[in-house]
Amino acid sequence: MKILVCISHVPDTTSKINFTENNSKFDSNAVQFVINPNDEFGLTRAMWFKERQGASVDVVNVGGPETEPTLRKALAIGADAAIRVNTAATDGFAVASALSKIAKEGDYDLIIAGRESIDYNGGVVPGLLAASLGASFVNNCIALEVEGQNATAVREIDGGKETLSTALPLVIGGQKGLVEESDLKIPNMRGIMMARKKPLRVIEPENIQEKTRTISFEKPAPKGAIKMVDAENIDELITLLHNEAKVL
Amino acid sequence: MSVLVYIESENGSFKKAALEVASYGRAMANALNSSLSAVVFNADDMSSLSNYGVDKVLSVKMTEDYNAETYADVLKQAAEKEQAKVVVLSSSADSKYLAPFLSFGLDAGYVPNVVDLPDSTAPFRVKRSVFTNKAFSKTEISTEIKIIGLSNNAFGVVEQAVSSTVEVFNPEIKPSKVVVKGIDKATDKVSIADADIVVSAGRGLKGPENWNLVEDLATVLGAATACSKPVSDLGWRPHSEHVGQTGKPVASNLYIAIGISGAIQHLAGVSSSKVKVVINTDPEAPFFKAADYGIVGDAFEVVPKLIEKLKAFKAQNA
Repeated sequence: MKILVCISHVPDTTSKINFTENNSKFDSNAVQFVINPNDEFGLTRAMWFKERQGASVDVVNVGGPETEPTLRKALAIGADAAIRVNTAATDGFAVASALSKIAKEGDYDLIIAGRESIDYNGGVVPGLLAASLGASFVNNCIALEVEGQNATAVREIDGGKETLSTALPLVIGGQKGLVEESDLKIPNMRGIMMARKKPLRVIEPENIQEKTRTISFEKPAPKGAIKMVDAENIDELITLLHNEAKVL
Repeated sequence: MSVLVYIESENGSFKKAALEVASYGRAMANALNSSLSAVVFNADDMSSLSNYGVDKVLSVKMTEDYNAETYADVLKQAAEKEQAKVVVLSSSADSKYLAPFLSFGLDAGYVPNVVDLPDSTAPFRVKRSVFTNKAFSKTEISTEIKIIGLSNNAFGVVEQAVSSTVEVFNPEIKPSKVVVKGIDKATDKVSIADADIVVSAGRGLKGPENWNLVEDLATVLGAATACSKPVSDLGWRPHSEHVGQTGKPVASNLYIAIGISGAIQHLAGVSSSKVKVVINTDPEAPFFKAADYGIVGDAFEVVPKLIEKLKAFKAQNA
């Protein structure tokens, strides 16, 4: 089984979000970048397929040279080879068309992406990729088993879950649940050393087209002061929620 | 020319998010001087949609309750038939699943998590949340057809009565590559996505055996239950209850956080909730800076009292 894991290079979840150039660009100054958490669950599940079912695992990222440490980390975790498409990932449609070309050339059986990146929260790439490849697609995937050409996947739905059966080639939008948080791997020194020798291929994008464009960013309005209620005076809280906030 | 909305229903009745999508679609249609059409799957009574500004209902009967690929294809055919320039979806798991297929089929730009009407329709620019609610972006869609994914509880349900027509729509149904084998869903519980009120708890509750407090409070309020990331990582509660940046987003009217300190990832995930109440023993907990109402106190003392008082309040205001 040939697996491709799509990796987004995103600010760590603890990052303070700021913008520069007249609020038109994300300010990456002093921001630590990581593998998108939804992708990391998928990468870890891919490692499981590698160890138990002898799958090969390539990782791909669409981004500039500054994203290479994130790809190297994926290699250190255990991926076999990496591909970087050398263009800024500003629009999900452009990213999906770049990935589609890689996926077609690589003839992958299983493509694992995250349900969304935690920066733009677009959530469009895995589905578009599946549509352009004519592959099966399962979003919000929280469990996946593959046997031969058949796959069983569990999708998280609002208020429950749904079990789906499908065939390869398959694209998933993965998330927490694919593996447990405690299964996530921190690269060890041997992995980091080996990652340096693994291939990282850089490809220039061709004819990719955007459908959306970010004009500007803004931060939410600052929050008003909190009203404190005495623990002995619960009635006051209920009155405030009823009369002032009007949510009861 | 029209605006098209996808109306989601559950057990035969329209979801609140669907009525919000209809309300938003109406306002969009007004802004574009066009009519509003709605696609409804497997519903019997569609008359209530005329209260939310829907001019024309396309009623579709399907053998399956939901399948992303087939539903997207039906919506595509409806958009083509109605010459839709804008298609509006909700932020439900089902809407987000089918959105990329629809986007591909219509060659239309899709923007999710939209929080307001466009401030300009030519060029078409909308405000959406990004960085899990830590910021907003103004995004331009450059394609002829635009697809909007509306954030839950961002626009609200707005009544506007119009006279509407219902038409039976018989699209071509293509088989999907994915087959639903089974659904496991608690029918007696309100989901986090659909809830007006969410009651959430963290490690301050000390152990899973104490969750009856949370459940009881939720029952009184008709609320959904949720939890912080550490609680789901420890296995005290299922992953499906984890709210925050890597869990589910919450956009309820009222969010009550019990024994949750308020890590930045958690605050981001729940910041779309309109009113936030924090109950915590630690007055320095970061959540107090992000909430509207706060009580410094022990959950094991405060919550039982709150349940008792709420029961009395509900009895009085029933």
